Amino acid sequence: MFTGYDFDVIQRSLPYLFKEGMVFTLTLTALAMVGGIFFGTLLAMMRLSSIRVVSALAGGYVNLMRSLPLVLVIFWFFFLVPYLYGAVRGDGRPIAIGPFYSALITFTMFEAAYYCEIMRAGIQSIARGQVWSGYALGLNYWQTMGFIVLPQAFRNMIPVLLTQTIILFQDTSLVYVISATDFLGAAAKVANRDYRLVEMYTFVAVIYFVISYSLSLLVKRLQDKVAIIR
Amino acid sequence: MQYNWHWKVLLEAEPGGTGTYLQYLIVGLGWTLVTALAAWVIALAVGAVIGTVRTTPLKWLVRLGNLYVEVFRNIPLIVQMFLWFFVVPELLPQAIGDWIKQMPPPWSSYLPAVMCLAIFTSVRVAEQVRAGIMSLPRGQRMAAVANGMTEAQAYRYVVLPQAFRIILPPLTSEFMNIIKNSSVALTIGLLELTGRARAMQEFSFRVFEAFATATVIYLITNLIVVLLMRALEKKVRVPGLIAAQAGGH
Repeated sequence: MFTGYDFDVIQRSLPYLFKEGMVFTLTLTALAMVGGIFFGTLLAMMRLSSIRVVSALAGGYVNLMRSLPLVLVIFWFFFLVPYLYGAVRGDGRPIAIGPFYSALITFTMFEAAYYCEIMRAGIQSIARGQVWSGYALGLNYWQTMGFIVLPQAFRNMIPVLLTQTIILFQDTSLVYVISATDFLGAAAKVANRDYRLVEMYTFVAVIYFVISYSLSLLVKRLQDKVAIIR
Repeated sequence: MQYNWHWKVLLEAEPGGTGTYLQYLIVGLGWTLVTALAAWVIALAVGAVIGTVRTTPLKWLVRLGNLYVEVFRNIPLIVQMFLWFFVVPELLPQAIGDWIKQMPPPWSSYLPAVMCLAIFTSVRVAEQVRAGIMSLPRGQRMAAVANGMTEAQAYRYVVLPQAFRIILPPLTSEFMNIIKNSSVALTIGLLELTGRARAMQEFSFRVFEAFATATVIYLITNLIVVLLMRALEKKVRVPGLIAAQAGGH
């Protein structure tokens, strides 16, 4: 079955695959997670706001992002961000920013919509009395949120947030469509150069599986640990 | 922002000679739907079997089902797309592999795309089916067996009919997902809606007109699917459950 295949190509390209590709993938995942959770939490607070305009704006944004394919959103930002950057920095002409920053902005903005829904559920799971006691103690909105509601919401939602991050880790492979050199992109370049598609893509699948599956096992263990016993 | 909008481009002829750019994109939506629907049918069938199997007392089948779910859940969709397109035809017997590779243009990427989306989505369907079956009170199955049904009959006449009606709402969102996910098929050369918007941008250099039109088409499609599914959900609601009373929204 495996006659005529050359698995040495994997060994030869390991440094390139991991030092270039995997570093890109992991950096993008980590930064987009931090940014996504930050903006997602803000969006969740906006969606739960009693000011109609604010909650409608946030709701519209989240629903828009969630009804579009990620590939289309990647294209949008890839072309849109240079224009926005140009408008802010210079005379309005587009400025190229490269695939990494383009991807980072895309994934932060896109995943924020998904993290928002998780954080919204987290905030809504906190008992109303918690907020009232915060106000009764003389705390303002931001203090109540920051010291009382959000810490509990985060803790409840850690497993779900991390599961979403595993999805984000897998989704970053879609930067292939803007020719970025992430793990898949690096493997695809080697595969096409040496014409070793079967070997490289099988290897990529195995590595993604090992990482995602181990992470999901970790999340499961964490879930038992952080569960608050009531 | 300096961008000169030129919406009339939608009515200009696309270089392939099949009509205007707008028609070109709408045909793309057609491919998106044809791909998603075909994959959806397979995903439902496979997912129903795998999900059901995982609730049976047959240990080996459960393990096999778990393995299936973990494998296809932990590999990114685009990588699975490449596996179906580049790797599977090589591993099949040569005659079949060559037949797949030599199919005329849309079909040589259509078939792998449908298979990929079907198997990818079947895992999520299986999870929903399993959750639906687990959510039924144990007594339902016990009562069926007490009435003299075999295990298989209990599934066929008591468990599955209820489970499927319960899981319809979450399945709706999986159907939306399959429509969105079909855009990944552009990486193996299937010209569905996103792929055609990208192609239009390359032919006409009208970046934002192309993507904005595709965006609007996706939003309208979403809206129609949601409305259709809501009507269906109302029809199949199980009377007496909490969800059945929450009508009118």
